[in-house]
Amino acid sequence: MGKSSKLQQSSIHILFIVLSIVVVLPFLLVIAVSLTDEKTLTAYGYQFIPRVFSADAYRYMFESPEVLLRAYGVTLLVTVAGTLSGLLVTAMTAYVVSRQDYRYNRLTTFYVFFTMLFSGGLVPSYILITQYLHLKDSLLALILPVLLSPFNVIVMKGFLSKLPFEIVESAKIDGAREFNIFFRIILPLSTPALATLGLLISFAYWNEWFNAMLYIDDPNKVPLQLLLVRTLNSIEFLTSNSEFSQQVGIDLADFPNNSARMAIAVLAGGPMLVVFPFFQRFFVKGLTVGSLKG
Amino acid sequence: MKKSSTLALEDGSGSEIRTSDAGRPAAGRKSKSLVRKELGHMKRNRELMLLSAPGILYQLIFAYLPMVGLIIAFKNYRYDLGMFGSKWVGLDNFKYLFSTDAAWRITRNTVLYNLGYMLITTIAALLLAVLLNEIKAKWTRFYQTALFLPHFLSWVLVGYIAYAFLNHADGFINRTLEALGMAPVSWYQDSDPWPFILILVHLWKAVGFTTLIYFAGIMGISGDYYEAARIDGATKRQMAMKITVPLLSPLIVIMLILSIGNMFRGDFGLHYFIPNNSGFLFSSTDVIDTYVYRALREVGNVSMSAATGLYQSVVGFVLVLLANGIVRRINPDHSMW
Repeated sequence: MGKSSKLQQSSIHILFIVLSIVVVLPFLLVIAVSLTDEKTLTAYGYQFIPRVFSADAYRYMFESPEVLLRAYGVTLLVTVAGTLSGLLVTAMTAYVVSRQDYRYNRLTTFYVFFTMLFSGGLVPSYILITQYLHLKDSLLALILPVLLSPFNVIVMKGFLSKLPFEIVESAKIDGAREFNIFFRIILPLSTPALATLGLLISFAYWNEWFNAMLYIDDPNKVPLQLLLVRTLNSIEFLTSNSEFSQQVGIDLADFPNNSARMAIAVLAGGPMLVVFPFFQRFFVKGLTVGSLKG
Repeated sequence: MKKSSTLALEDGSGSEIRTSDAGRPAAGRKSKSLVRKELGHMKRNRELMLLSAPGILYQLIFAYLPMVGLIIAFKNYRYDLGMFGSKWVGLDNFKYLFSTDAAWRITRNTVLYNLGYMLITTIAALLLAVLLNEIKAKWTRFYQTALFLPHFLSWVLVGYIAYAFLNHADGFINRTLEALGMAPVSWYQDSDPWPFILILVHLWKAVGFTTLIYFAGIMGISGDYYEAARIDGATKRQMAMKITVPLLSPLIVIMLILSIGNMFRGDFGLHYFIPNNSGFLFSSTDVIDTYVYRALREVGNVSMSAATGLYQSVVGFVLVLLANGIVRRINPDHSMW
């Protein structure tokens, strides 16, 4: 299509440059505060350019990294286990729903997708998981509630419906069983869709804090996001942790509360903020795969 | 998904099984052969049934069992008596809920905020997507990434950013106000500015993602339309209004139906972490989801919390059906089913 004139082009560029800066600036404030000397913070407040530079907050964190590292470990474990099992169950369900020749196709479709329209809500799920499944303080309470989302089934079904049915038919004529067709033929053909979905699911697990807030009290099983929730409420969550204070030899009265709080945010949120944007096109693809109809 | 929900109810391949299971003696022979026939079908389809079994079991436990658990809303739930041992109280929980100011407050806040988010984000994203399409692809990449960045943050992390700006003593905004000779504002105690803050934060987090969705939609529009319009002497604005927006309308409508269906679902993370769960702000920040959470975890009134949740689910369900019904009447191709 025809592009606009030079003048129009440059004004659009200016608009987007300004917008980009405005959007990114808040991140920089957090980083700046984490690198500012604590006394300067109390004297001059939070500023974009540190008046007195200090890496103290990070030094404390690295001197006693157990709490943060364990949170990373829990999040990593939950994300890997959840993504792999979630991906498998999603693909299996979506495949069956995508098979137009399956006798109970419509029934299954309705059964799976009805839950998008109506749900029992927070309280019954909470009672189920704590009182009947007894998953309080279990990592399963972080994995199971996020495992299968009907929305992901729709995305996967949209992809699978585009595969030619002849593949399945000819495999059946050759005497292949449904399990083999699914695992040996359909799954390998679906790697692009599986990659997109896997990314969406792992992103959901990585940034999950709600179930952790509900079900995790044990300090040894706190995932990253819950560590952040607790620290946002009070930095004491970290400093009162005996493991932490024992490791840090220096008097905790000098502990840089303000900058340490922001340093935790940077250390916990930073790495993924560098990784996920590389995959941004997958995020868009996940939402625009086909239409919602099948 | 289109025909599934309606047709499954109408001809219901499943209801066949159920009626035959009931085994009415009058239709004895006929139902027996029906059972046998259905069993034959099941045998032929057993491998696919087995493949779908984990998903079906999962939904049964984590989606359908909680629906049964909604009876808590009609009981006075006590942990020691359990779901079935607790006393029935009829509609008392609902009567209590709607006798307080809370019901009106959280309903109003949830609906108005969602309307605001939907309108402002959609308009801003559409505008940005159209503008993005006017400049060279080399540059759009960079802008897209910058605008998309907040999408990758969890609301907890956004809470930290908001805190860096808003905290009373040292926050960036108050220190700037002081430097300019103005009085600082107790952001976490003054409920008035919060509608603006929340809408701004939401826009900041969501606009990049929504822009990319619409931009992807624009990229899918054939260049021929624009070429023809250019030959006919159409202006840029005319092309945007007469070609881009109309051709994007299915996408826009789908996004709008999704948000109307979610009109009764508050964004818990946004409304919990950004105001830092501050009690001073509830009049202008509290939504159904934060209220339900507090009733369950902080107040400990389980049944009341469940009643609020049921109210939310039922109204939300009606809204989705209405939205889809209206869209289907206007243009069947745009409806979700």
